[in-house]
Amino acid sequence: MQATKRRFGKSAGGFLNSDNTVGYLFAIPFIISFLLMTIIPMALSFYYSFCNYWIGSVPTWFGIENFYELMHDATFGNSLLVTLQYVVIGVPLKLVFALLIAMLLTKPTRAQGFYRAVYYIPSLIGGSVAVALVWKQLFGSRGPVVNLIRTFGAESFNFFGSTTWAFLPLVLCNAWQFGSSMLIFASGLKQIPKDYYEASEIDGANVVRRFFSITLPCLSPIILFNLIMQLISGFMTFTQAQIITDGGPNYATNYIALNIFKEGFAYQHMGYACAQSWIMLIIMAAITGLIFKTSSHWTYYEN
Amino acid sequence: MRSRRIIRNTIYHLFVIAFGLLMIYPVIWMILSSFKLKSEILGSEAPLFPTKWIWQNYPDGWRGSGSLSFATFFKNSAIVSVLGTLGTVISSAMVSYAFARINFKGRKFWFTAMIMTMLLPGQVLMIPQYIIWTRLGFVGTFVPLILPKFLGWPFFIYMMMQFIRGLPKELDEAAMIDGCNKYTIFSRIVLPLLGPSIITTVVISFYWIWDDYMGPLLYLSKPALYTVSLAIKGFADAQGTNFGPMFAMSSLSLIPVFLLFLFFNRYLMDGVTAGSVKG
Repeated sequence: MQATKRRFGKSAGGFLNSDNTVGYLFAIPFIISFLLMTIIPMALSFYYSFCNYWIGSVPTWFGIENFYELMHDATFGNSLLVTLQYVVIGVPLKLVFALLIAMLLTKPTRAQGFYRAVYYIPSLIGGSVAVALVWKQLFGSRGPVVNLIRTFGAESFNFFGSTTWAFLPLVLCNAWQFGSSMLIFASGLKQIPKDYYEASEIDGANVVRRFFSITLPCLSPIILFNLIMQLISGFMTFTQAQIITDGGPNYATNYIALNIFKEGFAYQHMGYACAQSWIMLIIMAAITGLIFKTSSHWTYYEN
Repeated sequence: MRSRRIIRNTIYHLFVIAFGLLMIYPVIWMILSSFKLKSEILGSEAPLFPTKWIWQNYPDGWRGSGSLSFATFFKNSAIVSVLGTLGTVISSAMVSYAFARINFKGRKFWFTAMIMTMLLPGQVLMIPQYIIWTRLGFVGTFVPLILPKFLGWPFFIYMMMQFIRGLPKELDEAAMIDGCNKYTIFSRIVLPLLGPSIITTVVISFYWIWDDYMGPLLYLSKPALYTVSLAIKGFADAQGTNFGPMFAMSSLSLIPVFLLFLFFNRYLMDGVTAGSVKG
């Protein structure tokens, strides 16, 4: 009895306990989501980008008509350009800010944990609608920031009325959420061996020199990680732009994710919107790829 | 020498505190504005503190602008966030166990697929996903916001994987000798030890779902199903320049996130850095 039970248990368990069965049973949620929520949508989007497709109608094959039209679409070209401006100014600003604060908060004091928590608050709430609404008034024509600027003499200054300056509150809102980059930098800083600094101090290197010849090289893999993560989220900025400026004034902050959203849902032009997201994806992949390719020249790994 | 150190320390703390205040100034401004008369919120004469504390903004805002009050919107947000968080934790823990501990055929492939998904911005898929949900007839319900969360969230799968990899393999082997199989190792060994990582996932996924704006904007068309983030935007549009009640509701909307942060900020901070740095 005992023996048969064990043998039975073993053979049934043989299949049930095999690595393949267990692995697929546990991984199945992701596999389903990957196929249904990523691969099929991507394939559909690829197909639709070659179709004339409006919401409620049947997609009809269109060839490269959408892409041809995109090449002459001034709104789309402009939205690529302003997105690039947002990323090129916003991402470095955020990373520099995050690194400076991380270095400021490495000093081991009893309040360190508390300080980090306070400096993390903007990241905690920054993506919310509430903060976007606050930002809109904070930088609005009668808000405290503009009031401050006006006391310096710029009497008629107004962020959201100016095509030159409207991007700045959005970039600042993004840079303000430096918290997770800061924490990642902080944990990287902690791993730089102390004796590197001691040795260079004996050699007479000053603070600036130490920063550029020790801190930055040691942090370079982490800079790469933060750079890629922030680039991706920067390229796809949506909520703040939609709520704070809604793309205005005169398309000055009409970022690509917002443009795709409007094209698809406001104008119901699905095929055209899909073509736009593919162009965006290709540009992002190219830039990310380029950064990875060149990273071997500027990142430094100890082992 | 010692007094110089004290002075330097004091300057350091004063600077960090002052700059910290500047960083949370927008939040302070929002909360103070929610207690102000309309005339004191904006303009060059606006004081930082309300000259008279107006509590009326809160009941005024709570009533909402249409026939629905914010009670409905908070209830909707709670449903979506709690179920979504639950789904994220269960599914991500399962998948991370498979990737971290089980040597199944195709693991490398699926793992790579997961990393690719993590790097792929959701906005690229927004239109085809919307079309699929429309075909399935689920647009205008909570389903598109909740169901995908039960299918694993790559960011958290990766985070939990890193955590499980940090657990000594000997634990599994010892449990195996004591008669555990790969299922009971998950439920009795890995899951209980995963505690801190689960709390991190709960906190981060809850506030991401709670704050999400694009999902509800795409999928919820009936005001009766609006989440708080969508409702506040609608409220702001409907109220025009009546900013007091708007700031009151904005402040309220941040309270759940703040409470979680207050109790679990240590876990949150650990979670953010997990995966980026080995340590």
